[in-house]
Amino acid sequence: MELHDVWFVLIAVLWTGYFFLEGFDFGVGVLTKLLARNRAEKRVLINTIGPVWDGNEVWLLTAGGATFAAFPEWYATLFSGFYLPLLAILLCLIVRGVAFEYRAKRPEEHWQRNWETAIFWTSLIPAFLWGVAFGNIVRGVKIDQDLEYVGTVWDLLNPYALLGGLVTLTLFTFHGTVFTALKTVGEIRERARALALRLGIPTAVLALVFLGWTQVDNGDAKSLVALVVAVAALVAALRANQAGREGWSFALSGVTIVAAVAMLFLTLFPNVMPSTLDPDWSLTVTNASSSAYTLKIMTWLAAIATPVVLLYQGWTYWVFRKRIGTQHIAEPAH
Amino acid sequence: MDMALAPETLARWQFGITTVYHFLFVPLTISLAALTAGLQTAWVRTGKEKYLKATKFWGKLFLINIAMGVVTGIVQEFQFGMNWSDYSRFVGDVFGAPLAFEALIAFFFESTFIGLWIFGWDKLPKKIHLACIWMVSIGTLLSAYFILAANSWMQHPVGYRFNEEKGRAELTDFWQVLTQNTTLNQVFHSFSAAFLTGGAFMVGIAAFHLMRKKHIPVMRTSLRLGLVTLAVGGMLTAVSGDTLGKVMYEQQPMKMAAAEALWDGEQPAPFSVFAYGDVDKGHNKVALEIPGLLSFLAHSDFESYVPGINDTNEALQEKFGPGDYKPIVPVAYWGFRWMIGFGMASFSLGLLGLWLTRKKFLLPAAFRTGEDEVPHLVLLKKPLGSRLTRLYWLVALWTMAFPLIANSWGWIFTEMGRQPWVVYGLFQTRDAVSPGVSTAEVLTSMIAFTLLYAVLAVIEVKLLVKYVKAGPPELTEADLNPPTKIGGDPRDADKPMAFSY
Repeated sequence: MELHDVWFVLIAVLWTGYFFLEGFDFGVGVLTKLLARNRAEKRVLINTIGPVWDGNEVWLLTAGGATFAAFPEWYATLFSGFYLPLLAILLCLIVRGVAFEYRAKRPEEHWQRNWETAIFWTSLIPAFLWGVAFGNIVRGVKIDQDLEYVGTVWDLLNPYALLGGLVTLTLFTFHGTVFTALKTVGEIRERARALALRLGIPTAVLALVFLGWTQVDNGDAKSLVALVVAVAALVAALRANQAGREGWSFALSGVTIVAAVAMLFLTLFPNVMPSTLDPDWSLTVTNASSSAYTLKIMTWLAAIATPVVLLYQGWTYWVFRKRIGTQHIAEPAH
Repeated sequence: MDMALAPETLARWQFGITTVYHFLFVPLTISLAALTAGLQTAWVRTGKEKYLKATKFWGKLFLINIAMGVVTGIVQEFQFGMNWSDYSRFVGDVFGAPLAFEALIAFFFESTFIGLWIFGWDKLPKKIHLACIWMVSIGTLLSAYFILAANSWMQHPVGYRFNEEKGRAELTDFWQVLTQNTTLNQVFHSFSAAFLTGGAFMVGIAAFHLMRKKHIPVMRTSLRLGLVTLAVGGMLTAVSGDTLGKVMYEQQPMKMAAAEALWDGEQPAPFSVFAYGDVDKGHNKVALEIPGLLSFLAHSDFESYVPGINDTNEALQEKFGPGDYKPIVPVAYWGFRWMIGFGMASFSLGLLGLWLTRKKFLLPAAFRTGEDEVPHLVLLKKPLGSRLTRLYWLVALWTMAFPLIANSWGWIFTEMGRQPWVVYGLFQTRDAVSPGVSTAEVLTSMIAFTLLYAVLAVIEVKLLVKYVKAGPPELTEADLNPPTKIGGDPRDADKPMAFSY
């Protein structure tokens, strides 16, 4: 395995980490409208992810920075090519971050309601658009001989990619729901479990159709294994949820995300962005990657820093392991 | 295409707007993180309530500020790929690595420990909670260091080779990128300017409360801390600015000639205080100059030759082929002056304040004040009258944004002064822009970012004003009795959280 293959795997790991972690906090954002019955419950939801959402988002920044360093051509083609969807995602993430931090900083109801609405939409839109983006990456887009994207924004909104968007949206919402069941106490916990049950079927069906479509188009034996694991884990997550095993349910829904992302990257390899115009114009792990020296330095960095990050980020989840309910939310002093 | 609406022009405007805006928050974040950590350390060590109140007060302002810094920073991570894809292809092998280091080492540090600090008041023992804010502070410094190393490489590319076959720069010595003198000097200059900024911020707000005789113990402490930070930061900014200037005279003579609007080389060269140029004719119409000073700034003596814009342009044409290698001279010239002027004005105010509020041996015994009294401002042997005292407080309040202006112009100067290069001597800005991104797309994003940033600026400033006016919070039972176990006190399962969103 050469270094650029290692980095293909590491980029996949970073995106997997991002979707696993921010996946549930996008989901919790969506639940502020879907599950919460009153503003106290909204606050419970927001506070389940309060201490951790920012750290979760750094997985995205790291995926971006690592792609820049390890595959500059991929970074350049992807982000200039998917310009408007990425712009929408960035605008959402800006508003979303500010919304979490500023919502409780004023007592006025309209102020707080506006930020709550913002949290809902700025969680929902990126959760959908990331699926659209990855759908297009896997399916291939119009890339010319200069490795430039030459399609339009409308080309990105094709049925396969849109289905991918629905899959990430429903999967993240489901993931957020089982996370809520795990992290809350009281009535909202019960309702989260009931909601997970109802969300489970459409989520599983959409995921099965999308991943099946991917398998038919680009799949091989390995990707089929990932597909089976993804769907089986989702079904098992539902069963665990039904049985009241919330920890298992969350872990299994995480396995679904990991397996689904793994499947997409498996079907992609050795391409990183296939061209639909001419296979020779595809970006691959070889023609898109950095020099061996840069990759070596980056590998050292990843080998040393990643375990440390996992350690202290994991510790954060342990510090804030206690379930929360409406009784834990004090009226803030203003 | 009309230049004004060319994608390159728009992409440059967008980069300028989003980056200058982002950098309004960065220096305050860097300095307030460290200052808050310092105050909290004082609380943990002495147990004095005023330190805890100060920690909570400045910590709140710090959080309002860092939220904006974080979210506007996200754009920076992706903007190179979105708008400068040919730049990204050309430099990614070199430039990407420090960005990846920044994300993996610094961003994770900052964002994870800030979560622990915000929500950890009733979840972590005192000392561990304190360690979290120090971790955040270290994260902010590391982050600045890596991104400045990347920027320094654009100012002065080192540790790379040009790969002809691939048409790109490739890294050969990462250590050199991280430790070249441009990097070290830029880091030194930016860090000290960050503390100048935070010091002025603290002094301005403390002055506001002291003028109204409110929250005196906390604000007295804050005033002294702010003044010391301002004075030390200001002095180091001047020193590092001088050395950075000398490095720039070596590495980018054009930038420094433009900074002086020195059209033709002179020996000895004067420092220009004021000039009105005539760009087409290549000389100044009106000029007010201090003889020999520029020679000193460039080479540490009052005699040596300093090349001008015209001679440098000719030298660059000989080296790189025909073309115009001049930046926009008035921007460089005035940017340089505003940077120094606004920065040094704040520094002077800090020095003055430090003298006026001096303590103990230097101060006649009659004018020494207690912990809960507003300090007298003593110029020589007697305190200033109430009008002059009020004037000092007001000036401190109204000039607290001066360093922000200085920082912005510093970046505008150094980035625009490097033009037409994006990587000096290696790659020009006009070749860097994304060829596939249309005018309409850049216009959309530029307008969207500008409008959103404008709205957020209003919200942010209003929120800051609200919390500044409110002053330090009253301490609660929970504040004074931090938990002794990680995860919080297990006895009362239904106790409300000390902090919640």
